[in-house]
Amino acid sequence: MIDLEFLINTLSLGSLYALLALGLVLVYGILKLVNFAYGEYIMIAGYGLYFSATVLQLPWWATMLFGVAAAVLTSYLTELAAFRPVRTKSANALIVTSFAVSIFLQNAVLILVSPRARAVQLPPIFSKTVNIAGATTPVRNLLIIGTTIVVLVLMSLLMKKTVLGIAMRAAAEKFTTTRLMGVPANLVISAAFIISGLLAGIASIFWIGRSSSVDPITGAAPLLIAFIATVMGGMHSPTGAVVGGFVYGLLFNILSITLPASMISYRDAFMFVIVVLFLLFRPEGIIKGGYTEERVG
Amino acid sequence: MTMPMLTVENLMASYGVVRALHGISLEMNEGELVALLGANGAGKSTTLKSITGVLRPVKGTVTFLGEEITNRKPENIVKRGISLVPEGREIFGQLTVEENLRLGAFSSYQRDRYKADLKEIFELFPILEERFGQPGGLLSGGEQQMLAIARAMMAHPKLLMLDEPSLGLSPAMTDNIFVLIKRLQEMGSTILLVEQNAERALGIVDRAYLLANGEVEFAGSAEDLKRKVDIASVYFGGDDEASCEVPL
Repeated sequence: MIDLEFLINTLSLGSLYALLALGLVLVYGILKLVNFAYGEYIMIAGYGLYFSATVLQLPWWATMLFGVAAAVLTSYLTELAAFRPVRTKSANALIVTSFAVSIFLQNAVLILVSPRARAVQLPPIFSKTVNIAGATTPVRNLLIIGTTIVVLVLMSLLMKKTVLGIAMRAAAEKFTTTRLMGVPANLVISAAFIISGLLAGIASIFWIGRSSSVDPITGAAPLLIAFIATVMGGMHSPTGAVVGGFVYGLLFNILSITLPASMISYRDAFMFVIVVLFLLFRPEGIIKGGYTEERVG
Repeated sequence: MTMPMLTVENLMASYGVVRALHGISLEMNEGELVALLGANGAGKSTTLKSITGVLRPVKGTVTFLGEEITNRKPENIVKRGISLVPEGREIFGQLTVEENLRLGAFSSYQRDRYKADLKEIFELFPILEERFGQPGGLLSGGEQQMLAIARAMMAHPKLLMLDEPSLGLSPAMTDNIFVLIKRLQEMGSTILLVEQNAERALGIVDRAYLLANGEVEFAGSAEDLKRKVDIASVYFGGDDEASCEVPL
């Protein structure tokens, strides 16, 4: 059962989910906002891939840059236009705003592009399979593992070695005190949204890569996965989010191979049961983390 | 007479519908060590919060070095030269001592000066050099207070404000902190000190303001205050009538 194929599948699924969860938790850490528009950044990146490949006919590497840039820009603009004006209001105002942004972006794409799915061309290497020591796996599974390792190393360097990273960690712990150090509130918040968009964009390439298509509600499933992963791993630290992503991937794959064929379509239902158990018995998640509940003033 | 460094005029502030300050006025000159005294809820911390921009005053003005800074963002006020050592120390427990100090220098970072500043800080607080790589949360209360003061000093403040620096510290550590505050003044700092421990504060400050119920009840030299006001009644008696009879 536990063979190399299972291992690669789990690591690649976990890597993708870890990236998704990390992007969500970075904004939560600083703004104490579960950003329900986060899935839309992934969706917009998908349309960025589609648009740059089909309409602009850019080479594959440029379409990826274009897609990621679209997610980063969308994330930053939603911060400026939607979240900043309500930031000092109530936590409820922020979360309702995130739903509004989500519905707005979904419908904008629905009206401006189409309600129907668009095919996204990704480089052929994404769909090729390779054979490693008897295990057959799509190349994109190896690419996502490699990409995630690079992203996690870079993120860790950013957070530990740069002043911006130190300030972001401080802001997640004590926001007002961080401002009293002279760190502009807008700087750390914008940085969190930009990095969140960057992670959404990178994850989107691999998310879209599985189905090679994008539609206006493409973002719903990855948002849910990111949210569940952070609940399991812990909302209170980036480490928790990454751990949660990998745990989600592992549990999902275990369910996939242990459930009888007739039950496999209820896989998500089983995942939700596991989440409910987490909420009941370990609501803080696997990793407790250091974020406090202080709200941005 | 030169212009005061800091002028607070008729400051009023509220928490929601609760009015915490009813028109506070105070002044500080360069090089002074001034105490802000009063019982719990008198408005001491609220005054500091209003000066640092954490709380937006309802009315009144704060002028620093000839420039009005009322309603400016906290990060801009720090840049202008006012640093706060907050009540409860508020060090970053997840961050190392080094990272805490690095953030303290955020508003005025220069690589060469930063290195020199660290050396000076280590002379004042040798314990921080020992704990340099440790998370701030692992430090004892007294060490955290030293870190909080050192972190504020890293910004080279023109005005340093300390909110209850002796709170929760052992008597020996409290002694250390008061000696240190006096020493910082002798080294050229201008310091506004908020203290519960009025007797101790009056022992080191030049002047003091006594707040009660959101108003300045007495202002004068430390000697005057000691002579004319029954400090104990202000803090423990809760007898507001008596303390209101203080001649102004």
